[in-house]
Amino acid sequence: MAFEQIIFYFFSAMVLLAGVMVITARNPVYAALFLVMAFFSSSALWLLLEAEFLAITLVLVYVGAVMVLFLFVVMMLDINLVALREGFMRYLPVGALVAISVIAMMTMVVGPEFADFPIPERKGPEYNNTAELGRILYTEYVYPFELAAVILVVAIVAAIALTLRRRPMVRKQNPDQQVSVRKEERVRIVKMDVEKR
Amino acid sequence: MSGLGRFFKSLFLIELFKGMRLTGRYLIDRKITVIYPEEKTPQSGRFRGQHALRRYPNGEERCIACKLCEAVCPALAITIESEERDDGSRRTTRYDIDLTKCIFCGFCEESCPVDSIVETRNFEYHGEKRGDLLMTKEKLLAIGDKYEKQIAEDRAEQAAYR
Amino acid sequence: MIEFISSLGLPAAVETVVIILVKAVAILAPLLLAVAYYTFAERKVLNYFQARVGPLHIGPRGLLTPIADAIKMLFKEIIIPTGANRFLFLLAPLLAFGPAIAAWAVIPFDYDLYATDINAALLYVLALTSFSVYGIIIAGWASNSKYPFLGAMRSAAQVVSYELAMGFALVGVIMAGQSLNLREIVIAQQGGIWMWFWLPLLPLFVIYFISGLAETNRPPFDLAEGESEIVAGYQVEYSGISFGLFFMAEYANMILISLLTSLMFLGGWLSPFEGIPNLEEWFAWVPGVVWLLLKTAFFMLLFLWVRATFPRYRYDQLMRLGWKVLIPITIAWLVILGGAIVAEVGPWFD
Repeated sequence: MAFEQIIFYFFSAMVLLAGVMVITARNPVYAALFLVMAFFSSSALWLLLEAEFLAITLVLVYVGAVMVLFLFVVMMLDINLVALREGFMRYLPVGALVAISVIAMMTMVVGPEFADFPIPERKGPEYNNTAELGRILYTEYVYPFELAAVILVVAIVAAIALTLRRRPMVRKQNPDQQVSVRKEERVRIVKMDVEKR
Repeated sequence: MSGLGRFFKSLFLIELFKGMRLTGRYLIDRKITVIYPEEKTPQSGRFRGQHALRRYPNGEERCIACKLCEAVCPALAITIESEERDDGSRRTTRYDIDLTKCIFCGFCEESCPVDSIVETRNFEYHGEKRGDLLMTKEKLLAIGDKYEKQIAEDRAEQAAYR
Repeated sequence: MIEFISSLGLPAAVETVVIILVKAVAILAPLLLAVAYYTFAERKVLNYFQARVGPLHIGPRGLLTPIADAIKMLFKEIIIPTGANRFLFLLAPLLAFGPAIAAWAVIPFDYDLYATDINAALLYVLALTSFSVYGIIIAGWASNSKYPFLGAMRSAAQVVSYELAMGFALVGVIMAGQSLNLREIVIAQQGGIWMWFWLPLLPLFVIYFISGLAETNRPPFDLAEGESEIVAGYQVEYSGISFGLFFMAEYANMILISLLTSLMFLGGWLSPFEGIPNLEEWFAWVPGVVWLLLKTAFFMLLFLWVRATFPRYRYDQLMRLGWKVLIPITIAWLVILGGAIVAEVGPWFD
């Protein structure tokens, strides 16, 4: 038990540290990497809660895909750090307001219900929370789940529609056509008589 | 070929498997590597390797300091200085070949009227410090003395074609 | 071994750590040896493909070559470029190497030979293989140099694209095996060579291997290195053992992909002669690990065979292949597979 507690406190500290560093790090690449670290540590915490499916999905989706694209973009940005830092005091009240309202919302939603939440019983090794999660997702929450999927599809279509431009002047190679070329289409063999001298 | 046929041909990776069959044949094919220090490929008598200066059988050096090789050398690798010897004949006092400049074209050998400067079959030489590859007259004569038998054989064999 | 450790009467926490360490060493020591000799095998086999003989001077028949390579790399200087970000520059090889070996924790080698047996093993492996791209991206950025950065950008886009195809192929395996647990997936393939998943999941099998090539940055998808256009990509500024870690990570990942392919599509440790009279009894004495390693060795050879055969893809062709060919095929096959499972098409899904 003590061993698990050590791990819990270690990763909790890591989450907090990484979270603070995300917003204080000067270099945006560092900030993104600290966010990766935060995801990792919280996934470790979820593993301690025996929610291995969620933990691994967090790493797979956020660390493996989303943050790679984040880093991809952030690394290519050419940011003037001085320009970023000025006006910090001006935006501070707005930022504080947003932070306070988020905290208030979270306490309203989560607080009263989970304040005296009973510690759940430890399930045996046969208990498969992946299957349980799937069951609940496709029975009780099937409509919200499908709705989320539809919203995602709409987002994808919109993103593609926004960035898809027809550029008639661009000349492109079509490898499919290139490899399907045959000798008969390109080469004409001409037979000529030998010239008389 | 029809579009559909092409579609299935690329879908089933036919061409890729053909390529892999070809390389696969080479995997089990006979290997043709010559494992160099232990095995060597046969050499021609015309091989152009390290240079040498030859002597006549009586020990007299052949070179008469005509400087034809110096003139013909396209890489300007040869430097010759000459003087009259006590017996009145013209001989070189300095005969340098800078092997770092030499391109082993063999023109010096061709131009030599007395078959003095020759290129031996030896290509396994090296220098360990700067200057080792600047061949002086003494070094070249020493090489000539060392390989004289083979040099003479090669010249005799190739004489009909020169 | 585990009984021996528990008999020592250590405190509970220490005992847990000791058992974990022993298991890790039991997997890692053979793995690192395999990595070393896979590099040797690659040189040898590639040479054979080109009608040459390869290294044969260090040790009997050149067998000590990888040892000599390792010693050379260990003793070479690690050069850190002046403009580089020191910390991230040195962290990157570790980030590449760590996931490559951490993924081995959940691999079952036989029916009852495994370090851990977790329910979401397949997802765990997928998550860790996707994490290995961080080493490359950070290496490219921290080097503060043009070619490594280009290599890192290429690698990031490539890995994210091919991960999708790989993930969809794995969804097919999960559907067919009805589990995320690697052991149960292998057990679901019991019943002879025609019951293995390579047959009902043939397109996914091929696509998984192709995505595996892309995910490990192997030819013909090694655009992150691309020595002909960007010199060596993200490895340009690395030397000594910091380069060696990238190198070892790549080979460990290749072995991992080969092993996973044989686990998920070729029946893992199951004997290929299962259900065939006579042959099954004759080969009954062969332990399952041997079959698994033989199948893995085949895919490891395939990695090299592909390298010896195909030229490198152009980057737009790579993206086209990933998004417009592999992903549509996997999705189409998932629909077919779902129909087959619902309709209980035998002999696989009844």
